[in-house]
Formats: sequence, C-alpha cells, structure tokens
Amino acid sequence: MTSKEHSGGGSQLEELNGFTNPGLPEHKPRLADSDPRAEKVAERQVAAWFILSMIGTIWFIVAYFLFTPGESMQSIRLHNMFVGLGAAVAMFSIGFGAVLWAKNLMSDHEGIDERHDIGGSEEDQAIALEILHQAKEESGIARRPLLRNTLIAALAIAPLPAVLVFRDLGPLPGDKMFNTLWQKGTRLIRDVGGIPSVDSERPIKADEVTIGSAYHVLPSGIGDEEASEHPLNEKAKAAVLLMRIDPKELKEDPDRKDWSHDGIVAYSKICTHVGCPVALYEHQTHHLLCPCHQSTFDVTEHCKVIFGPAKRPLPQLPITVDSEGYLVAQSDFPEPVGPTFWEINHP
Amino acid sequence: MSTTQPTTTIGKAANFAETRVGASVLVREFGRKIFPSHWSFMLGEVALYSFIIVVLSGTFLTFFFQPAMGELHYDGPWLPLRGVEISEAYDSTLAISLEIRGGLFIRQMHHWGALLFVAALSVHMLRVFFTGAFRRPRELNWVVGVLLVIMGMAAGFTGYSLPDDLLSGNGLRIIDGILKSLPLVGTYISFFLFGGEFPGIDIVARLYTLHIMIVPALLIALIGIHLMFVVVHKHTQYPGAGNTEKNVVGEPVLPTFAAKGGGFFFLIFGLLSLISALFTINPIWNYGPYDPSPVSAGTQPDWYIGWADGFLRIVPGWFEFYIFGWPISFNINSAVIVMGGVFAVMFIYPFFEAWLQKDHREHHILDRPRNNPTRTAIGVAGIIFYCNMWAAASGDIIAVFFQMSLNDMIYIFRFLFFFGPIIGYIITKRMCLALQRKDREIALHGRETAHIIRLPHGEFLERHEALPPHKLWKITAFESPAYVPAEPNAEGKITGMEKLRARLSRFFFEDRVAPVTKQELEASHHDHDAVEGSNNKELGH
Repeated sequence: MTSKEHSGGGSQLEELNGFTNPGLPEHKPRLADSDPRAEKVAERQVAAWFILSMIGTIWFIVAYFLFTPGESMQSIRLHNMFVGLGAAVAMFSIGFGAVLWAKNLMSDHEGIDERHDIGGSEEDQAIALEILHQAKEESGIARRPLLRNTLIAALAIAPLPAVLVFRDLGPLPGDKMFNTLWQKGTRLIRDVGGIPSVDSERPIKADEVTIGSAYHVLPSGIGDEEASEHPLNEKAKAAVLLMRIDPKELKEDPDRKDWSHDGIVAYSKICTHVGCPVALYEHQTHHLLCPCHQSTFDVTEHCKVIFGPAKRPLPQLPITVDSEGYLVAQSDFPEPVGPTFWEINHP
Repeated sequence: MSTTQPTTTIGKAANFAETRVGASVLVREFGRKIFPSHWSFMLGEVALYSFIIVVLSGTFLTFFFQPAMGELHYDGPWLPLRGVEISEAYDSTLAISLEIRGGLFIRQMHHWGALLFVAALSVHMLRVFFTGAFRRPRELNWVVGVLLVIMGMAAGFTGYSLPDDLLSGNGLRIIDGILKSLPLVGTYISFFLFGGEFPGIDIVARLYTLHIMIVPALLIALIGIHLMFVVVHKHTQYPGAGNTEKNVVGEPVLPTFAAKGGGFFFLIFGLLSLISALFTINPIWNYGPYDPSPVSAGTQPDWYIGWADGFLRIVPGWFEFYIFGWPISFNINSAVIVMGGVFAVMFIYPFFEAWLQKDHREHHILDRPRNNPTRTAIGVAGIIFYCNMWAAASGDIIAVFFQMSLNDMIYIFRFLFFFGPIIGYIITKRMCLALQRKDREIALHGRETAHIIRLPHGEFLERHEALPPHKLWKITAFESPAYVPAEPNAEGKITGMEKLRARLSRFFFEDRVAPVTKQELEASHHDHDAVEGSNNKELGH
C-alpha cells in the first residue's frame, strides 16, 4: 500500500485482491414482464392511484368551502385538517402511481454509462492555454504593470463605500447600556404583560407584599410616550422581580443593607447570561431559575450565581418606601443589567 | 428535425423547441444518463424536494405577511388577544394562521418542510461521509454541501424570528446576548443589527430581507452548483458485481429515474401535507406577542439550532473572565467557537484524509462504512458530540420527564461532552473491525446453512455453503487503507509535517483487517478438503 499511485485515475476494480469482477448478475424478469394479466393488474393499480389523486384534489376544493374557519379554534383545526388531508391524498397518490409505474411497468434493465476523464482532452487544454495566452498578449496586462496595479488598487478600495453605507444601520451604543428608566423616587408598578398606559399603572404598597410572594415589576412612567420612545426597549432593561423574604433568611451585605425594605428585595429580571427573563421563582429555596439555560441565582445572597452558565449576579435595584407607603427606587441599578458586553466596566 | 416538416402536435412542439433553444443537445446529453439506484441516494433528493416545497409555500406566505413592527390593536377572531397591542408582523401571522383559508396549512407546511429540509441535508451528509463519497473528485461538492447546511440553518433561523411572537423574540434575545458577548465589537454589532437597542423596531424587516432574498438566493445558487457537480462527476455507486471505477450502473433518466424521482417528489409533498394537516407546529397564537419580560418554561428552539442552545446550557459560568475589567465571555462565545470548529473540521476533512493516506486517486466506488473503521468511528464520535449538545437543549424537559434533578442532567451532559465521543469512537471502531472479520469468515468458509450433519464417527458439523461469485465480490473487493510510514521528500529529508502525517496515519490505520485474497480463499479450501474430507466439497466448486 505504500506505493500508491499518486496520479489521477482510479483503479479499475475489475481485478482486486486476486478476484475478478464477475460482472452484472443475470437479469431477473418481473411477473408483469411475461404475464399479460399481471401487467394489466399493475396498469390498473397505477390508474387507480391517479384517480384517487383527483379525488383528493376535489376533496381539497370542497373542504376549502365547506369547512370555513370561524371564530373557534375547533373550526380552524377542522379546516386545516380537511384541506390538508385532501392535499395529502392528492400528492401521495400521484407519487405512489408514478413510482409503481416505474417499478412495475417501465423497463428495469440496468443501463451502464462509461465514466470519462473529468479534465478536457490534451487538445482542449492546449487550446484553452492558447486562448488565455492570447488574452494576456492582446490586453497587455503583463506588459503594462502601471495599468494592472492601479486597476488592482482601485478595485481593492472600491467596496469600501458599500461597507460604509451600512453605518447608519444603528446608532452607536453611547450610554444606553448603562441607564434604565429607574431613578430616585420612581415607583414600582405591577407588570401585567405588555406596556401599561400611564393611567392604568398599579403601584405597589410595601405592606401589600406578603412574605413568600413575588411580583413582576416595571418602573412607573414606562407607558409615557415622552419618557420612553420605545417602551419595549425600556422594558427589556427595566423589568424587575420583587420578592419578600423573612429578613432572618436574607444574608445581606452590610453595604447593601438599606437597599431592601423589611425583607422586600428587587432584582433585575434580565439574565446576566444572554438576557432571557429569569422568570421562575422557587419559594422554598429562594432560588431564581432562568428557563432558557438554567442559570440559578440565590435571592438570599444578592442573587449570586449558584449554578449554570451565567457569571455575574443579577443586579439589585435599591428600593425604599415613599411618604404614602409605596415602594420606590432609590436610584437606577448600580451596574448594567442583562448580558455581559465588552464595555461593561468602562462606561 | 429541420429536414422534414413535423405533422403531429408533439412533433411540432419538439421542432419549436429545437429551432429556438437546441433542445436535442440537452435530451441527448441527459435523456439516458444513468443514475444508480439505492435508498441512501434518495436522502439528497428528500432535501431537494423539501426545499422546493418550502420555496413554494414560502412564496404564498409572502403575499400575506407584513414584515413590520408598527404597533396596532388586535381585532381578529382570536379572543384571548383581542385588544392587545401587537406588531404588524405578529398580526399578519395570526391572520395567516386563523383567518386565511388554507393559510395555517401552508404555514405549517413551510415550517415542517424547513425542518425536514435541514434534517434531510444532515442525514444525506452523513451518508456521504460514511461511504467516503467526498473523496476525489468530489471534495469541492462536499464543501458546497457543508455551505448548504450552514445556509439551511440560517434560512431556518431568520424565518423562525419573523412572526414576532414571544418565542421567536426570546430566540432573538439570545442571539442579542451572544452578539454582545463578542469582544470589542459585540455591542456595536448588536446595535447595528437591531437598529439601536434590543428589540427595537427594525429587526423583523431586516431578517425578512435576509430570509426571502439573500439566503434563498445563496441556497438556490449552491444547489445549482451541487447538482451541476453531480452531472460532471456522475454518481458514485456501491461496490457490487459489475460496478467498476470506470462505469455507472443504474437506471436511465428517461423514463425510469425521472418517473421515480418525480413520483418521490410527490411522496414528499404528500408526507409534508399529511404532517401539516394533522400536527400543529409553532402555534404562535398561544404564545402572545413578544414582550421582554415573560417567558414560558420548557421552550425549545427548532431542532437544528438545538446543539448551539444546548452547548450554552452546559458551559459553566466561570468560563467568563475579565482582563483589566474587559470581559471575555468565554461561557457564551465558546458556542460560536464550537460551531465554527465543527464546520471547519467538516470543510477540511476530505483534504485531510487524502493527505493522510497519500491517496489522490479518483474514487467512484463507495466504501462500506465497516471497511474504513477509523473514519466511521470518527463519524459516530461526531454524531454523539452533536447529539449530546442537542439533547442538552431539552435537558429541562428530559429532567422533568424522568423526574431527575436538572443539575444532575447538566452534569451528565458535561461528562458526555468529553467522554461520549471517545466511548462512541472505541465501540464503533471495534464493531467495524468485528464486522470485517465476519466478512472474512463468510468469504473464507461460506455462509452458515443451518444444516447439521453427523459424520460416521459421531461428530456433528454445520454445513457451510460457498457464496455465489457476485456476493463474494461484494465482500472481498475493497481496498483496505494501510499505514503509510513517513517517506523522505525529493531532497531526501523527512519533514516535520511528514512525521506528523505518519503518526496520524498510524493512528488511523494501525488496526486493520485485511480483505480476503484469492490465494487465501484457495488455501482455505485445500485445508478444508484435507481436514474435513468430502463434506465441504461444495465450497468453491
């Protein structure tokens, strides 16, 4: 084996390991080749499939009008199923018919093609070389390096504008990654899904929050069109989970002791891994679980990561109560929320 | 055709085509072209046909879909969402699903078809790999095939994100997180893609352009090149009596192959119709519009994205580290590296194997997977590597189903990430070698007939029957690649590269079972005659 030919051209495989290729086995005729009755049966079978296909097509048309989708999901499902079955019968039957026709009635004698060299003949190659040579001579591309090199340089920089025009696909990040709608005094309101209008906001009183409960929270004013141009963009940064835990169970950092209020703590809901909402709160263990990639955060220890692919703890929102007893933010998050990004420590 | 005037309708049509486009050249070239027939050669056809169906159904959808993110209040028939503020994209997808007759059927066919397309591509690619069909002259077509898989995934992902429902928005959120994790440029790329902050109001329209124009155009171009190469190279064939490196044995395009292939297209169409009629996929009306705050537990990406998502789940968080405060989010962008690495290995594999074996000849007869044990074992290791990450994307659902700890599931996936491929490699290699030994046994001693005979002195023997020549040829006629030691180059030096090649070559081909040769077979017959007398005479006679 060490002395393999390194040139092109495969071995013939007519002689290998001392054996000789015995050639194609003898052709075995099918029943329909010799028995006219069997042939007739096969023919009728194929035609039956084609007729069934027509029935399927007609059934599709009938079902399209007969089972119109209405208001109920049931009617939509029925419509989908009946037109779909019509299409399935129509298509399958053409397929079965054609394949049966090919397998039972068309000639099944094996054909043999010879392979040819993939490269052209020596003559072709010589002519091709001659043409290229002629092109080189007639254009003078080799003799005129000034033209050739300036052309290459021009072509090389010509695509730059095509890249540049994509510059305005988006604004530069600026300080957007470091700010959210939360600021000193912003009330915590309930997140009921979607964007609340300013009038339907439901702020949260500290004494409504019982031990063991958890609230999905947004900043007050998120529905105000002047404050937030794109409310979903703001929501993607400002969403917060609020939980009340027996203060004895909280292992709070002394520096951050006044960030909570009587066991009520607020953390960013946006996972520090790739940004899914960390929406699953386990009441017994006080763990927050991200349903996307299973990062797990311990609420009692400032949401530090205890399992999974996230690295940073969920940022804490410092909260307190205002004069009316409503929960308010003391400030924005002290650090950026959401996935890690390059400039995260260099605002 | 120009000498006599045609009189029949078909004759007139043929004459028209001939005098306008020279159709006879095409018919002569392709009409009786031979295609070998084998079930595994239909996998690529499945991919092609499902692609056609996806293009057809997708074109229908474009007439109704609104790729825009302006907000409006839903006032359609679906009560749970009535009055809710949703985007035009989501609204029009709801209308396609719930109001336009046949719309849900075609939307589901588009989605199921896309899943089948990538699945068929993948299995087709495995067939090509395990049979060595990527060898010269088909290396470039293999490269085109890898590009097709990548573009197939891109087509799927850009489409999945269009309806702007909760699930697809969440998928985009993950993409945003992955982009932001890229060092230096990540934040900028994210802002450019989304037109500012996530989610913004531009992303659906931008993905739509990619999904209905750029990606499909690339796919169609690549498919065109792929098929053109098939014509240029002619199809490979399995080892068998009558099949040589210089011929192709099979069916002519007209009529048999065309009838079977055309029929098969309708079978795939029928299959996708049946699935779309009976099985709901991506019921976006249940998910609600995209909102960055809620997420439903147990969400799954489309299957072909699963391996990337699964990898994200099994990387531990401490992979992220900081250099002077600048983050290297290796816990996230290692997913990009792993995916890139898998595709890079696939791109170079054909060239690697040729270099390793110093075999630059053309190969048109396929390998049976057992006859190249190391390649087959590498393929299986790759499948396990991929499927483990893929399964990890459903780790939460598997944990719930088997009532296991979610964390333990992740530990299992982490273990299998490293050891699964190794175990698979060893087992597969041993299985291939054992199958080769079995082939040797059958070639040398014939097949077991289950005829027990008793000799006059009381010994029992099972009668073995020699194989007919065409079966014997099939299991003996193959080249078994062997270790090629380091050879000096023209200057008489053994380069470091050559030493590396030799080491790898030894790893690949050290364990091998040589094919039976004619001499061995004849020798074994003489032994039998000498030892067992006349009872095994039929062997080889």
